[in-house]
Amino acid sequence: MSKKMHISLTVNGKQEEFLAEPRELLIYTLRERLNITGPHIGCETSHCGACTVTIDGKSVKACTMFVAQADGADVTTIEGLGNPDSLHPLQEAFKEHHGLQCGYCTPGMITRAAKLLEENPNPTEDEIRFGMAGNLCRCTGYQNIVKSIRAAATEMNAAKEAAE
Amino acid sequence: MKDEITSRDDRVANLKGMGCSRKRVEDARFTQGKGNYVDDIKLDGMLFGDFVRSPYAHARIKSVNSEAALKVPGVLAVLTAEDLAPLGLHWMPTLAGDKQMVLADGKVLFQGQEVAFVVAEDRYAAADGIEAVEVEYEELPVIVDPFKSLESDVVLREDTVDENGKATDGAHGPRKHPNHIFTWEVGEKDATEQVIDEADVVATETMYYHRTHPCPLETCGSVASMDKVNGKLTLWGTFQAPHAIRTIVSLISGLEEHNIRVISPDIGGGFGNKVGAYPGYVCSVVASIVTGRPVKWIEDRMDNLMTTAFARDYWMTGKISATKEGKITGLHCNVTADHGGFDACADPTKFPAGFMNICTGSYDIPTAYLAVDGVYTNKAPGGVSYRCSFRVTEAVYFIERMIEVLAIELNMDAAELRRINFIKKDQFPYQSALGWEYDSGDYHTAWDKALKTVDYDGLRAEQAERVEAFKRGETRKIMGIGLSFFTEIVGAGPVKNCDILGLGMFDSCEIRIHPTGSAIARLGTISQGQGHATTFAQILASEIGLPADSITVEEGDTDTAPYGLGTYGSRSTPVAGAATAMAGRKIRAKAQMIAAYLLEVHDDDVEFDVDRFVVKGAPERFKTMKEIAFAAYNQAIPGIEPGLEAVSYYDPPNMTYPFGAYICVMDIDVDTGVTDIRRFYALDDCGTRINPMIIEGQVHGGLTEALAVALGQEIAYDDQGNVKTGTLMDFFLPTAWEVPNYETDHTVTPSPHHPIGAKGVGESPHVGGVPCFSNAVQDAFRPFGLRHTNMPHDHWRIWKTANSLGMHD
Repeated sequence: MSKKMHISLTVNGKQEEFLAEPRELLIYTLRERLNITGPHIGCETSHCGACTVTIDGKSVKACTMFVAQADGADVTTIEGLGNPDSLHPLQEAFKEHHGLQCGYCTPGMITRAAKLLEENPNPTEDEIRFGMAGNLCRCTGYQNIVKSIRAAATEMNAAKEAAE
Repeated sequence: MKDEITSRDDRVANLKGMGCSRKRVEDARFTQGKGNYVDDIKLDGMLFGDFVRSPYAHARIKSVNSEAALKVPGVLAVLTAEDLAPLGLHWMPTLAGDKQMVLADGKVLFQGQEVAFVVAEDRYAAADGIEAVEVEYEELPVIVDPFKSLESDVVLREDTVDENGKATDGAHGPRKHPNHIFTWEVGEKDATEQVIDEADVVATETMYYHRTHPCPLETCGSVASMDKVNGKLTLWGTFQAPHAIRTIVSLISGLEEHNIRVISPDIGGGFGNKVGAYPGYVCSVVASIVTGRPVKWIEDRMDNLMTTAFARDYWMTGKISATKEGKITGLHCNVTADHGGFDACADPTKFPAGFMNICTGSYDIPTAYLAVDGVYTNKAPGGVSYRCSFRVTEAVYFIERMIEVLAIELNMDAAELRRINFIKKDQFPYQSALGWEYDSGDYHTAWDKALKTVDYDGLRAEQAERVEAFKRGETRKIMGIGLSFFTEIVGAGPVKNCDILGLGMFDSCEIRIHPTGSAIARLGTISQGQGHATTFAQILASEIGLPADSITVEEGDTDTAPYGLGTYGSRSTPVAGAATAMAGRKIRAKAQMIAAYLLEVHDDDVEFDVDRFVVKGAPERFKTMKEIAFAAYNQAIPGIEPGLEAVSYYDPPNMTYPFGAYICVMDIDVDTGVTDIRRFYALDDCGTRINPMIIEGQVHGGLTEALAVALGQEIAYDDQGNVKTGTLMDFFLPTAWEVPNYETDHTVTPSPHHPIGAKGVGESPHVGGVPCFSNAVQDAFRPFGLRHTNMPHDHWRIWKTANSLGMHD
């Protein structure tokens, strides 16, 4: 067993420090060490996106990143996007437009969609489909996911306008 | 009590009962990352187990040495067949009457087969332990072709021959060869052959429905916790049939059933993958018993694709005969089914090839014959129903291709050929030549609506123009119009002919009404994304007049839910949905007596109206269901027990037969083989519609899984039995970018025998979608001389088709 490394990172606003083997994957850290089970494991090869989190402003698949690579980083998971009293507009939109079925891809899907809408607050359907192509869903056929993201974008833009 | 909602329409709306697009109650937890899937379960002291798997498809195991592995830090135990044998657990029964090795007993029969189970403190230690287990293999000749298997001298399974090397009888009758599992015949062989011999026109085609995999996003897994103090075993897992799993665990472990609690937590998609029992489940249980600590086993994606639950792998040869005018006279179907190393198909016992005998489809075919031969090869076991009722996808693909081939033979339009052969509305209930009684249908109406909506004639004209343009060299894109009209057979099934391992395929619902007018309903099924907690509450709301929002639906815990056979084969709504309605009616019957007592009239003088019982002819005199619920708990009513509860075990009198009409318009670039789905129209008739939003979602999802299977998804082997598609790099799951928007539509032909007329919908889009996508590809090439080409129609194969037709010359 190789020597453990000192890791320090922020997850959903909370500072975490621990020793980890160099081979420890970030998804393992989140799910097993920190009990953050929103991000899921679907493929272990970066294809399905069930483990998607946001790291320093970028969408990252946590199943193929060592936690050592995330040392010092700021990590946001689905748990950091909203809370029961104040859901993220995407969480509301997915419920409203039947953007999920079994729910397994949903945390990664919404985390990725949140990043997509930050990058492009008013995406076309094609831009949504392209921007979400790294996240697989086996249940919905994506049609209602696209609809949910589009609806959330409209909602968020209207809220922003109202605030300005 | 003053009723706050006065208008009847408002009272109906307040219930959120059947027919409304109620939002899902499941979504709050899933959208916030608070689902509870099996891998989310954590118990004190929990260990992790994982498999040493065979790199070879066929090999003798000379030795397994765990010595080094046991020295690896964190490794607690290594289980082999030798350890399991004294418990009789080195083999386990399959759902198909065969048995399967839990851990390799002397040999392995497919790549990835479970050889040893390493139990460790965590996943990393388990992986280290797996690396350190030394297995000595002696390679044996590999058979991946079922036809060669039936001619081979190599006996794959030593338990299929007697001491003289002669094939013994299998679970479904005599074997023709040691590698042969069964022959299953339905229909009139001689009569069918005679009809075909004497027919004006006969079309013959052989097609291969390739091996694929349900591949839910969550893989299979389990957590076993043996409490040695109380002698109780709790087993969480990805079980589509938790009660059946409990019975199987009891039968093979010897633990009494009341000491076993099986829990299916949230399931991240099933699609048939999670119906069967897998070695991992057994090993997690044994490891927990051995170590006295909870043990988790979770597949990785490669394990999942390589070892658990393949689907399809049917070689089908058909002959279809017709008059010159196109009236079909006979159908003959011969199937060679590759079942892999063990027969682990999940079919009702009496149906070793599932309901393949629905292969006469939606057509009035007077004479038919089907024969299926199951064969062992060195491939993974499975043969599950991937988003379909048992082998129904294969059957529908077969007939929908045969119709297309017959249309070519007759030089006739395939839409018209379908129309003149549909079973007519007044023929229902319809007795099919292969033994089914179709409950209800109106195929002509559905077909006409579909063709009109897409302007079928206009599309054909456009296609003809495109062919001419292609021939003139003005375009390199051709156009296909994919047609599919399917009839499913779902809702297995009547106990008289449907059982799995002797367990009748009824289902159940138990309802408790609480004093303040809310309720809990528990069912023998388990949702894997279908939204049962939402829709079953809607059925109940309409039946018992309490708002769906006041009804909790619970499934998946065998200690609390009534016994049922689970969720697969679109059986939840047809069977458990019926049980729900029937249990609701028992509640209502008791409520009627309570209402009559409270209103001081005779039972017959009150009638149910939305959410209350009303005195006939005096609508101002009523008791709401809420009031009745309270009275059931606080009033001493002569002759009536306190409380308001009911349970129903529903044995369906027949299957249900959902149907639909699908049309796909596709453009194909003949130089790249790239397909572009321009339009997809899906009309579904699932009988009574409980929640249109959820139906639509099911259709979108099923069509996307159909697109995957038709256009690229396969489990492919090389000739040494190596799986070539073991990761999502090679195994095609469509992304949002590849999937079109679908147009959904419906007609409503209720099932006459189902209490609420519902037929089930979850699997229709997959069953009808696969032939539709495939037919679109094949139709595009029909004007250039194509008769049939096998799926999956990936870009490379389409390019090859174009090339073979001289379209690149």
